[in-house]
Amino acid sequence: MTKRLAFSPARFWAIVVKEFIQMRRDRLTFGIMVGVPLIQLTLFGLAINSDPKQLPTAVLLADHGPQGRSLLYGIRNSGYFEFVRQVQTEAEAEAALARGEVQFVVNIPENFTRDLLRGDRPTVLLEADATDPAATSNALGSLRTVVNTALREDLKGPLAFLAAGDGPIDLRVHPRYNPEAITHYNIVPGLMGVVLTMTMIMITGLAITRERERGTMENLLSMPTRPFEVMTGKILPYIVVGYVQVGLILLAAHFLFHVPMVGNILLLLAVTLVFIAANLAVGITFSTLAQNQLQAVQMTFFFFLPSLLLSGFMFPFRGMPQWAQAIGEVFPLTHFLRIVRGILLKGNGLDEVVHQVWQIALFAAVALIIGVKRYRQTLD
Amino acid sequence: MTNDLAINVRGMTKRFGTLTAVDHIDLDVRRGEICGFLGPNGSGKTTFIRMLCGLLRPDEGSGTCLGHNVITESEAIKRQVGYMTQRFSFYEDLSIAENLDFVARMYSVPNRREAVRASLDRLGLTERKQQLAGQLSGGWKQRLALAACMIHDPKLLLLDEPTAGVDPKARREFWEQIHELAAQGLTFLISTHYMDEAERCHRLAYITAGKLLTHGTVTEVIAHSRLTTWSVSGPNLVELAQRLRTAPGVQQAVAFGTMLHVSGDDAPALEQAIAPFRTEPYEWRRIETGLEDVFIHLMDSAPERVSA
Repeated sequence: MTKRLAFSPARFWAIVVKEFIQMRRDRLTFGIMVGVPLIQLTLFGLAINSDPKQLPTAVLLADHGPQGRSLLYGIRNSGYFEFVRQVQTEAEAEAALARGEVQFVVNIPENFTRDLLRGDRPTVLLEADATDPAATSNALGSLRTVVNTALREDLKGPLAFLAAGDGPIDLRVHPRYNPEAITHYNIVPGLMGVVLTMTMIMITGLAITRERERGTMENLLSMPTRPFEVMTGKILPYIVVGYVQVGLILLAAHFLFHVPMVGNILLLLAVTLVFIAANLAVGITFSTLAQNQLQAVQMTFFFFLPSLLLSGFMFPFRGMPQWAQAIGEVFPLTHFLRIVRGILLKGNGLDEVVHQVWQIALFAAVALIIGVKRYRQTLD
Repeated sequence: MTNDLAINVRGMTKRFGTLTAVDHIDLDVRRGEICGFLGPNGSGKTTFIRMLCGLLRPDEGSGTCLGHNVITESEAIKRQVGYMTQRFSFYEDLSIAENLDFVARMYSVPNRREAVRASLDRLGLTERKQQLAGQLSGGWKQRLALAACMIHDPKLLLLDEPTAGVDPKARREFWEQIHELAAQGLTFLISTHYMDEAERCHRLAYITAGKLLTHGTVTEVIAHSRLTTWSVSGPNLVELAQRLRTAPGVQQAVAFGTMLHVSGDDAPALEQAIAPFRTEPYEWRRIETGLEDVFIHLMDSAPERVSA
């Protein structure tokens, strides 16, 4: 049997000291080790709220009686609904819902007051954008009590009988787009954006830092080539990879999870290109900043973490405070999620998604400009 | 006039922060010439070579490389120059043939397939063409690198320590190739630390601390040093060397195997200095000063690297 060395505190300490020195030299790693917990604390502690309130709601008011108003006040006082606009027609309400401008539409029908006072139990329709069940369930749950208490003040004395029985009105909730509130109808399409963000940024981030780390960059730069050729040449293969991922997720969504695909898949694929390009541009920019592959991976996470948490993938976007929503609006993932869910679940067309698309495109352009500016054609 | 000069640069300077890596170097290399580029580690050889092929922007300097302006026409220079980096810089996860094919595409080599095949043949790589570059030994990697940096038929080859870590046989074969190619009209600038390689060059340039100290043919460089050298053999040479070094007139006493080379640039003073030691059992002989003696002398007498 070979004689084993005894544990040496001196050698152990030598390793400890060396690790600390290396950690201190790698400023970025150190910064990220400190920064990630801070970001997580801020986001989980302050930004994320799984019980979103003050959700934007449109009102379609066809009756101007006092009871209608009381009902609306009551709904608003629940804290879950905030009336952001008044719409005049069904079509207008439909469009606002489809674009995701509002989460709910409250529909007070014509002759509401008359029917209420007659005891005819008028129908009040609440349409909800239920693509993300988590965002709407609490609001909808609160509704029935809200309605009854709201009208209690109005229905006193001789009208008290109306409040008894089944209640004074017939409240119908119409959860649109995902009526059965199936969570993975929302998650699976969203996953497409998450997977693309993660892999596209990381792979391109690695692609250029790898050249530098292995010393092949020097060789590449000594050849007569333009930065644009190198960048686009490196990006194209990963666009193909990105589409393979998209294809896999769409197939799984359809055959495994039976996610409804209401909209135009070709439109989705076309828009995905813009999204992939945005992520690749971020990856390229990171690779010009990172010194080595490890740093490129760390930067990817630094970007990925807030986009995951603030995009509305894991937690309802509207549940976050204004500042967090403002940050969330910057990330391409936020807009892509709206697009994917919009096309697949709501059947959005180009008109409804174009607003999101150009925000992704803008982001891509800025990232690419930084990347190309930072890319050096020399070793200086 | 500049037509027969492959490299013709003046005042090339590169600074990194406060460090002047290359300090006003002038260099002429004729077409078809093999120019050896010598100097200690960190003397600025790699930086100078990188400036020539457009990898670094010079802070000062002017001149031409293959007739193109080194400052403004680096694209044109890159197309006609082959640069072999000090560290192997081809793709280790690509095979030999794939690496060559990639380089050929990057330089838009006409008849690419044919060029790759010819290049594999010429360097004896055909049998190994499917092997991944990362699995090659040092000597084969060097062959591949040379093949790759010549595939676009360059007029000038900049080789940065091409034979570091390569065994003597492979080095000899490598130099035979270099001489054949030079005979065909190619120009070489080769940095090296090996004296035997320096002696194979048509012309030498020695730099230290970013400055060009001497240049010329081997004979010129030796003559220029004005060194006189004696060799001595016998017992206890280490002790003898220590005593000689302190003697006036002796500038260096260096061990070469079982001999000691004692040199100085003042022949009478040197002879005087060694006179007390010219006794039995020591055997003294006046010899021709060699290139290595000169380089050791240059290294010792050079100013320390300035970095304010």
